[in-house]
Amino acid sequence: MMESVIEQQQQQQYQQAAVEPEAGYNFAFLDEQTKRMIRRSILKAVAIPGYQVPFGGREMPLPYGWGTGGIQVTAAVLGRDDVLKVIDQGSDDTTNAVNIRRFFRRTAGVATTERTADATLIQTRHRIPETPLSSGQIMIYQVPVPEPLRWLEPSEQQTRKLHAMADYGLMSVGLYEDIARLGKIATSYDYPVVVNNRYMMRPSPIPKFDNPKLDRSPALQLFGAGREKRIYAVPPYTSVKSLDFEDYPFEIESWEHSCSLCGSDASFLDELIVDDHGARMYVCSDSDYCRQRVAAQSAQSTPSGEPS
Amino acid sequence: MMPFQSSPLLVAENLSHRFGDFTACDNINLQLYPGEVLGIVGESGSGKSTLLNCLAGHLAPSAGQVLFSTRDEGVVDLYRISEARRRLLSRTDWGFVHQSARDGLRAKVSAGANVGERLMAVGARNYGQIRGEAMHWLERVEIDTARIDDLPRNFSGGMQQRLQIARNLVTKPRLIFMDEPTASLDVSVQARLLDLLRQLVSQLHVAAVIVTHDLAVARLLAHRLMVMRQGQVVEQGLTDQVLDDPQHPYTQLLASSVLQA
Repeated sequence: MMESVIEQQQQQQYQQAAVEPEAGYNFAFLDEQTKRMIRRSILKAVAIPGYQVPFGGREMPLPYGWGTGGIQVTAAVLGRDDVLKVIDQGSDDTTNAVNIRRFFRRTAGVATTERTADATLIQTRHRIPETPLSSGQIMIYQVPVPEPLRWLEPSEQQTRKLHAMADYGLMSVGLYEDIARLGKIATSYDYPVVVNNRYMMRPSPIPKFDNPKLDRSPALQLFGAGREKRIYAVPPYTSVKSLDFEDYPFEIESWEHSCSLCGSDASFLDELIVDDHGARMYVCSDSDYCRQRVAAQSAQSTPSGEPS
Repeated sequence: MMPFQSSPLLVAENLSHRFGDFTACDNINLQLYPGEVLGIVGESGSGKSTLLNCLAGHLAPSAGQVLFSTRDEGVVDLYRISEARRRLLSRTDWGFVHQSARDGLRAKVSAGANVGERLMAVGARNYGQIRGEAMHWLERVEIDTARIDDLPRNFSGGMQQRLQIARNLVTKPRLIFMDEPTASLDVSVQARLLDLLRQLVSQLHVAAVIVTHDLAVARLLAHRLMVMRQGQVVEQGLTDQVLDDPQHPYTQLLASSVLQA
């Protein structure tokens, strides 16, 4: 009896049903006209995979750099029946994730979840969940700098021209520099990709570990940059290729350790320093994936019906 | 002198360019043959840089046309083809050496990347090969290959200029535009660079258009000379002929104002 109550409480914590939104707000904070405008930009972005579509970004009640782009895209596509998951660095319970989730609970009253498989809409900062996405889900990325060529070419006029002519040699120059100086491609996050064999795109600051998950993903992937007021998209099942050289092919990170909590050796690990002597442990950055694995393992070791 | 092929590489027909009321280039006609070096001399403001920019596809002329004989598509009108095509031409078939190396180099990346950039722009994706080519061209312009990973800003002025030349030659262009390539260098470095340029131009059989106000540079490099004044060509002919027996009063003035060593 007691156990089932705790389980229920835990369940509630991970999953919250839809409620009435707070009075005084339009559904999902933005007014309908704005949402329509954003949806038009999204449609255009989906039609031209990887192309950065300008939109009339609004002031949001959080500072630039905290996900104003992602939150506007989420607001524009969110429906009453959606189940929202918000992650920050793979985790559901970091400040950014908790705040944005609460924001949409208050202004839209939608159901929220921490389970990747249960979510219809996932807003993310810096990670793609380890659990494979499925058809019908929408991923929304928060993007700080949408322009992949920005650090090499400061002029917006020039970068637009380069995109128009698919003139992306400059990007390889960056990778060349990496190899010349460090012996390998050292770019480890926000690793440049070519979408649908046409547009060069910044996948937002996800680790390059997640780049293969972008490729031919069954989910619709939307990218929102609030400060720069750009939206771009990767439609489902679209090819996304990471840039590389023939003799220095694209590689993802690997670890000599596995997760200290769930034992996974296939997920992206965070390194934590746990005492003053430099002892460290490695845990999954995707908190939901880790928790589910731990739960599955404990269910296996203590089959139901047996006293624990 | 090397045998010239019969059809010209670059032709300007009745080329004019105006900035508002001001005519920078007035009805200029010229022909450049493969392997030929054409010098354009004149004082500041005579329209030589504007002409060069028009020829190099950087500036659409107000009137007239520029025809270029491409490797695979025959003669094209530079300002009738798409901008993308013009860009491709400008990094495969020709090169542009700027007066200031800073305009022609990418300051934030190494010498090797500077040389390799054109190769990557036309689709090279093999690091080893790109680096090999970069080494080769650094050697050809007499830059120590040990400095391949250094930033250009740590190079001397003369080295920067040579690096710029290597960066342009790497795609084996058939035509190079040079805007005062030696103007910012001191005399001894100038001499070395000129010597190198003359060697490369004759070895690679590459045509060149060199804009300069320095008659010594023109005499050393150019086969043929055009003298410009106030947007017009006042005299043209073989370099030695123009400099030794100038006909136009302005050319006479130019030739006589050179300090005799």
